[in-house]
Amino acid sequence: MASNATFKKVRLKTEPSAEDLGQLELGDVVYLDGTVYTAREGVYRRVVEEGHGLPIDLPQLSGANFHCSPAAAIEPDGTFNMGAVTATASFRFSKWIGQWLEKSGAKLILGKGGMSSDDYRKHFVPHGAIYLTTVGYGTGALLGRGVKNVRSVHWRQELGLAQAMWVIEVENFGPFIVESDLQGNSLFERENAKIAKGLDKVYEGTRPAVLKRYGETDDRSDEVI
Amino acid sequence: MIPTDVIQATAETLMDKAAIEIPDDYLEGLKGAAAVEDGDLSSFVLQAMLDNYQAAKEDRRAMCGDTGCPRWYVKLANEAAIEGGPVALEAALRRATARATNGVPLRPNRVHPLWRTDHDNNVGINAPEIEVAFEPDGDWIDLITVHKGGLFGTDYRMLFPSDGIEGIKRFYLDSLVAFGKRGLSCQPAIIGIGLGGSKDTCMVLGKRAACLRTVGDRNPDPGIAKLEEEFKELGNSIGMGAMGFVGKSMVIDCHIEVGFCHTGGMQMSVHAFCLSSRRACARIHGDGTVEYRTDPQWFTPYQRRETVEWPATQPSRKFA
Repeated sequence: MASNATFKKVRLKTEPSAEDLGQLELGDVVYLDGTVYTAREGVYRRVVEEGHGLPIDLPQLSGANFHCSPAAAIEPDGTFNMGAVTATASFRFSKWIGQWLEKSGAKLILGKGGMSSDDYRKHFVPHGAIYLTTVGYGTGALLGRGVKNVRSVHWRQELGLAQAMWVIEVENFGPFIVESDLQGNSLFERENAKIAKGLDKVYEGTRPAVLKRYGETDDRSDEVI
Repeated sequence: MIPTDVIQATAETLMDKAAIEIPDDYLEGLKGAAAVEDGDLSSFVLQAMLDNYQAAKEDRRAMCGDTGCPRWYVKLANEAAIEGGPVALEAALRRATARATNGVPLRPNRVHPLWRTDHDNNVGINAPEIEVAFEPDGDWIDLITVHKGGLFGTDYRMLFPSDGIEGIKRFYLDSLVAFGKRGLSCQPAIIGIGLGGSKDTCMVLGKRAACLRTVGDRNPDPGIAKLEEEFKELGNSIGMGAMGFVGKSMVIDCHIEVGFCHTGGMQMSVHAFCLSSRRACARIHGDGTVEYRTDPQWFTPYQRRETVEWPATQPSRKFA
């Protein structure tokens, strides 16, 4: 097995400075300290499309938006029981992310699978934000260990437990891998480009289906998302 | 007579075990993959997953925050008698699903597809799925819960005899590469392939091949067993590893199940059972005693029978 020693490990605050972010390179391993909130399609729709105000003071309280629904329960006495936390795939939130970054001032988007470098260049770079991907997926138990406290839950009635905004205090919360940098480069796209070179050889001895489907790609370097 | 409260208590324990304890066969398979993986990033990911399994067991918390879609496979031996009958059995499994969702806790994933109504307990219209099969001899019932990821890694295609093995390979690679990019299928995974049947049985067979067979198990048809080996190797030669990074760990094992299909067709489905392959099983005997295990032992000779009568009164087709 290859050594892990080559990876730079970084502790980062959830409201990082531009300088902090500028020092990160694709593939660096990051652990977070501070406050993180979950927001995905339910919150995005509510804020971006329906025009509701933010339920917490952003980005003062937190600059880190996690594409996640926790495995958690609210006990009858109102306390929270948070077990594992794992990200959900981020590419599905592309249509809201620009306006969300504008409204929330988020500097860190945490999720699964990254977004396209087009999204990074168009939306992340102008807002000085980067994308950190969870590892695995997913290291739900390891991330769960980094959750110190559930600070609050918003829009629980309106959106349900999974889509509600969970505000959580974290310490040494990770691992994450730096997927995009301040220039909008993508680690996943870099890896995909390497892999795509060998695909023609792997496909030797196969043949396309006799009945075609409409609307498919046959370009194996296509990002699909 | 098997009491309903034993069924519910066993089912709640199974929900907990499935979410927290990685099955031994998958763990050994992943350790094997980690030992030969030489991609730097992929190796880092596999080691993090091994750490994560350990953390889950130590803390008794779910391995993965995305519970997927908890479902049930129930096998009834021919002489099994259940207090309250099959309706009471279904109610016990729905109750156990709801209680464990809040108890472990798990993520309440299930919502109405249009109105997004959320009961916060993974129970709703047609959820959880409860599939039932039968087995000759015995008075036991087997309960198996699987928490399979709900979004990526699965596809279906209508192929035809003229597509041949080359066409099957193509669709297999297409599915692995498309969902493997950025690690959407949470590979390395146990890949299940359904061949034949009709569209719905093809999907059911492929999903069961992924979720109800253990790493290292081979189909009893030697021709299919050979394909399983070949496809495992093919998947691991793509050049892609965990999270879609450069590497060679895509497939921990490949399982294929077949069903007789229309003479003009060759339906194919592909399913990926993820890095947190969550399954747990128990047998409840007629006297109410319970035995837990991780091997579903689903695909018995009876489940794969091809004769009219059982026990078979005619010889099976000779294997290719």
